[in-house]
Amino acid sequence: MYTASDLRKGLKVIINDEPYIVTVFEFSKPGKGQALYRTKLRNMITGFTIDRTYREGDMFEPASLEERAMQFLYKEGDHYHFMDNETYEQIIISEESLGDTKNFLVENFSVEVLLFRDRAIGVELPNFVNLRVIKTEPWVRGDTSKADFKPATLETGYELRVPPFIEEGELITIDTRTGEFSKRVKE
Amino acid sequence: MAKNWPLSKRKKALQQRASILQGIRHFFIERDYLEVETPHRIPTPAPESHIDATPSRAWFLHTSPELCMKRMMAAGYGKIFQICRCWRERERGNLHLPEFTLLEWYRAEADYHSLMEDCEGLVQDVAARIGLGKKIIYRGDEIDLSKPWERISVKEAFRCYTQTSVNEALKRDSFDEIMVQDIEPKLGLKKPTFIYDYPYERGALARLKPEDQTVAERFELYIGGLELANGFSELVDSEEQRRRFHHENKNRQSSGKPIYLMPDKFLAELDQMPPSAGIALGVDRLAMVLLNAEKIDEVVAFTPEEL
Repeated sequence: MYTASDLRKGLKVIINDEPYIVTVFEFSKPGKGQALYRTKLRNMITGFTIDRTYREGDMFEPASLEERAMQFLYKEGDHYHFMDNETYEQIIISEESLGDTKNFLVENFSVEVLLFRDRAIGVELPNFVNLRVIKTEPWVRGDTSKADFKPATLETGYELRVPPFIEEGELITIDTRTGEFSKRVKE
Repeated sequence: MAKNWPLSKRKKALQQRASILQGIRHFFIERDYLEVETPHRIPTPAPESHIDATPSRAWFLHTSPELCMKRMMAAGYGKIFQICRCWRERERGNLHLPEFTLLEWYRAEADYHSLMEDCEGLVQDVAARIGLGKKIIYRGDEIDLSKPWERISVKEAFRCYTQTSVNEALKRDSFDEIMVQDIEPKLGLKKPTFIYDYPYERGALARLKPEDQTVAERFELYIGGLELANGFSELVDSEEQRRRFHHENKNRQSSGKPIYLMPDKFLAELDQMPPSAGIALGVDRLAMVLLNAEKIDEVVAFTPEEL
């Protein structure tokens, strides 16, 4: 069992017999009050998000999900096609079920597909993935007036903020747990 | 690129943080407060239901300098302030660090209203020192720092922002949840806001309001929905204080937390403390507001995860 103080982004728990993943997590403590754990949880089957606030002693059943190694083949509309590396069986996962992980999927990418009671409901990514920057403003060297970050678009269409020294065409490492820039990849 | 890039990019924020600290010292020294230092490592913390101290061998790291500073007040130090590190177990989030910087100040012959005025002056002064005007931007809201700031009682806040009353919330044991979800996000968005007169059980070391014994003379300061400070008119009756500590320890016990020993030296001296008011203000939080930071991580050199 987990307690509320184990809650963090990405943790998977069972609520009303369905698997949920924590998508937003905030620790709160109103003055002289008790610790509260405010969360947004995404139902891993329906994609529907709920808000829940928990207290320190609250307990959770971990969602035990089967993982199967698969390859991401292609996207068609909001259907994402994957192939099982062992059986070559193809499966489809909807965009809602994928949630934020869709931002980090490029064709031929190897992932772990998550199954809840034999049903494919999502994808487990490595904590860090490398993706190419396809669009960002150039950096004017020595310009210190600009902010610490600038916007950039990745090959998956995902937009994020990167340090000013990152240039178009460069490969960068993303922390998939936060969706934030982690480091530049030396090629 | 520096190897520790997150640290190198915080340089400007840390320079401004240093100016904020200098601004705070300047404000109090100019007003004849004595800067004091009390031990970080103490034999026992004040028993409070929801504040857990970090053990340090058989003693504890202080969760605030409150007990020692009040002993100084009882010994005749009339105006004192301290800026120090404090530790609270398991407090970590976008607005919390388990080790953080607290500013506390105490004034004899004053009550919580005078502390509110101190806050108005202090924040304005410090903002000016880092080149900010009367208007600041925090998380998308333009906040006007000019005096007077908004004042709203806990009772009124429940009436304005929720469907329930304070008493109903306490009865249903949902006071904290309602504060965090429905009230806090509304406080201090246009002007900094003092929310005052808390239910008496939410102020273990505060004096009860003479004309309404159901509330304690305690307030919190919010700017842009962020809680910055907690101040109150001090309870100076040692018998009453001892009863409250026992009650807090009972709460601790029933929620499975360790109980703390009675701070006997503090209690023995408390009756000599003149009528006073005291307040604790989170310095990291003040830096967050003035530097428009989303996370407390952005205004400190190192977080525990980075060590």
